[in-house]
Amino acid sequence: MKHRISALLLGTALALAAGGALAQDKNVKIGVLTDNSGLYSDLGGAGSTLAAQMAIEDSGLAAKGWKIDLVSADHQNKPDIGTTVARQWIDVEKVDIFVDVLNSGVALAVNNLVKEKNAIMINTGAATSDLTNAQCSPNTIHWVYDTYMLANSTGQALVKAGGDTWYFLTADYAFGHALERDTAAVVVKSGGKVIGTVRHPLNSSDFSSFLLQAQASKAKIIGMANAGGDTTNTIKQAAEFGIVSGGQKLAGLLLFINDVHSLGLKVAQGLNFTETFYWDLNDGTRAFSKRFSERMKNKAMPSMVQAGVYSGLIHYFKTIDAMGGNPHDGVKVVAKMKEAPTDDPLFGKGTIRADGRKLHPAYLFEVKKPSESKGPWDYYKLVGTTPADQAFRPLSESACPLVKK
Amino acid sequence: MQALYAQLLVGLINGSFYALLSLGLAVIFGMLNIINFAHGALYMMGAFCAYFLLNVAGIGYWPALIIAPIVVGIFGMILERTMLQWLAGLDHLYGLLLTFGIALIVQGVFQNYFGSSGLPYAIPDELKGGMNLGFMFLPIYRGWVVVFSLVVCIATWYLIEKTRLGANLRAATENPTLVRAFGINVPRMITLTYGLGVGLAALAGVLSAPINQVRPLMGADLIIVVFAVVVIGGMGSIMGSIITGFALGVIEGLTKYFYPEASNTVVFVLMVLVLLVKPTGLTGRAA
Repeated sequence: MKHRISALLLGTALALAAGGALAQDKNVKIGVLTDNSGLYSDLGGAGSTLAAQMAIEDSGLAAKGWKIDLVSADHQNKPDIGTTVARQWIDVEKVDIFVDVLNSGVALAVNNLVKEKNAIMINTGAATSDLTNAQCSPNTIHWVYDTYMLANSTGQALVKAGGDTWYFLTADYAFGHALERDTAAVVVKSGGKVIGTVRHPLNSSDFSSFLLQAQASKAKIIGMANAGGDTTNTIKQAAEFGIVSGGQKLAGLLLFINDVHSLGLKVAQGLNFTETFYWDLNDGTRAFSKRFSERMKNKAMPSMVQAGVYSGLIHYFKTIDAMGGNPHDGVKVVAKMKEAPTDDPLFGKGTIRADGRKLHPAYLFEVKKPSESKGPWDYYKLVGTTPADQAFRPLSESACPLVKK
Repeated sequence: MQALYAQLLVGLINGSFYALLSLGLAVIFGMLNIINFAHGALYMMGAFCAYFLLNVAGIGYWPALIIAPIVVGIFGMILERTMLQWLAGLDHLYGLLLTFGIALIVQGVFQNYFGSSGLPYAIPDELKGGMNLGFMFLPIYRGWVVVFSLVVCIATWYLIEKTRLGANLRAATENPTLVRAFGINVPRMITLTYGLGVGLAALAGVLSAPINQVRPLMGADLIIVVFAVVVIGGMGSIMGSIITGFALGVIEGLTKYFYPEASNTVVFVLMVLVLLVKPTGLTGRAA
């Protein structure tokens, strides 16, 4: 026994010495924390893990002597499960960087933990703009979109088109509240009025009660501050209750390509909403998406969340490769990531701001009519683009302590 | 006031799904003594069955109303023959765990192939549109759901409580050995009953396909509420579960109007209250 312990001690000492000598640690562990089984699993889920896998392959780091591990887990849309997994990943599995982390409730919880443990989160899935505002962190980059951007783009466009009275149908948790708050602010600022709101539990299957209340409000626009299965069911049932034919307009404040696919063009046609990625934007997005969809079990095109996982990791890999090794120091790596401009075929050229906000253009899309679509996944018409510097919350309005004013 | 009428009606519509599903559960529990946790998964299979009939075989909604319950019912009977029957006489917990496991497997398989967002299924042309009732715009399809499920519920109740077949069934649950002595094939009867309960779940699935997205998790989201309905109504009571199904739909609808944030908790609050006051459920008999 004594022998064993001394051998163990010797081993530890050697390992420590070796660690000192090998200053350039080239090990990285990536954790995809997402909804693998619930209502958001088509937006992130297995597709996010695939996107991470593709980023690892395309980075070419393995050929340069890097060893990159990938783990994935299901947080079941529960903040407590999310933080338990995250804590174990950081403490036991030594995960360096979290990607995806959709669901704003989970994201805000993991955000605190990642900061406390000095890890990194590239959040590509959660919507809440608080991640780069009051809750901003030197360890977190919010990559793809946020509630402020969605509100700014979709909200403004609809008010300008004459939709000046709004009724909100809101998912009753952090994300829905943030999206409702940010959109209401834009509506009021653009000269519109919010006349009511109803909050439904996450993952509801029947929306008829809520839709009737929205219908009775006579608001011109019914803003859906929800996502995933909640949104698709709302849209489908709104058609049933004659809401759109009655002259009210549905505003999908957060819709993904998977939602449109699942609704079918017949129901979804004419909807306006904002995304920052669409597979058919240019040659770069098309090439990636084709490779992606071939490897997906249901042949789905990537959502913007999944595209963000790829894009974010590519930038991360470039940064640590330039640093010559992995310092396992979240603040240090994120600071370096903010210094360098980003460039990848999916989101084009961009930058990361001091508050952790990644900047790129936002696209306002309209869903095609069935007659305009050439086949599966050919769903969007581009109707407007907000340039990167105007798409997100200006730093002058930011409550983030990292921003020097 | 108008809005209130509308909410009552919407509640009744949701209540019809609760009633159909809890009826199936009550039949299975009453006759087989199995707590069928796979009920939600079988409901989902009914909806998927309708989807495949339409998109693969070109068979529309009306035939699907008959075919899907039969197909899924047969699947259920195979389950009963190959697995559930071996649990007869054991503690309820075994049946519950087995069916829960089956539900997880079935849902997992569907989710693996079809994702979570679901597939579209349109309302049949004959039932499209709606009518203005003055206080609300009632989609014709929803009206159809209420009427049709009410008819099915009453027919099932009649079959079990008032016919000779039903009498045999009830006798077989009470004392299988004696009933067998009369020359009735009890195991076959139990298999058929399970098939009937499962068929009811599948029927609810077909009915709900045009309203909700056809999703692998559609049943998982509903089944917990339905279990609460059965517990409130009294395990195994046929009429009890029908009435509680409709009533709870209405109560839930009202909650969605007065305090929407609590709408997915209200059923469970009621369940707790009922269990505290009357542990056998509203219409259940003491064991």
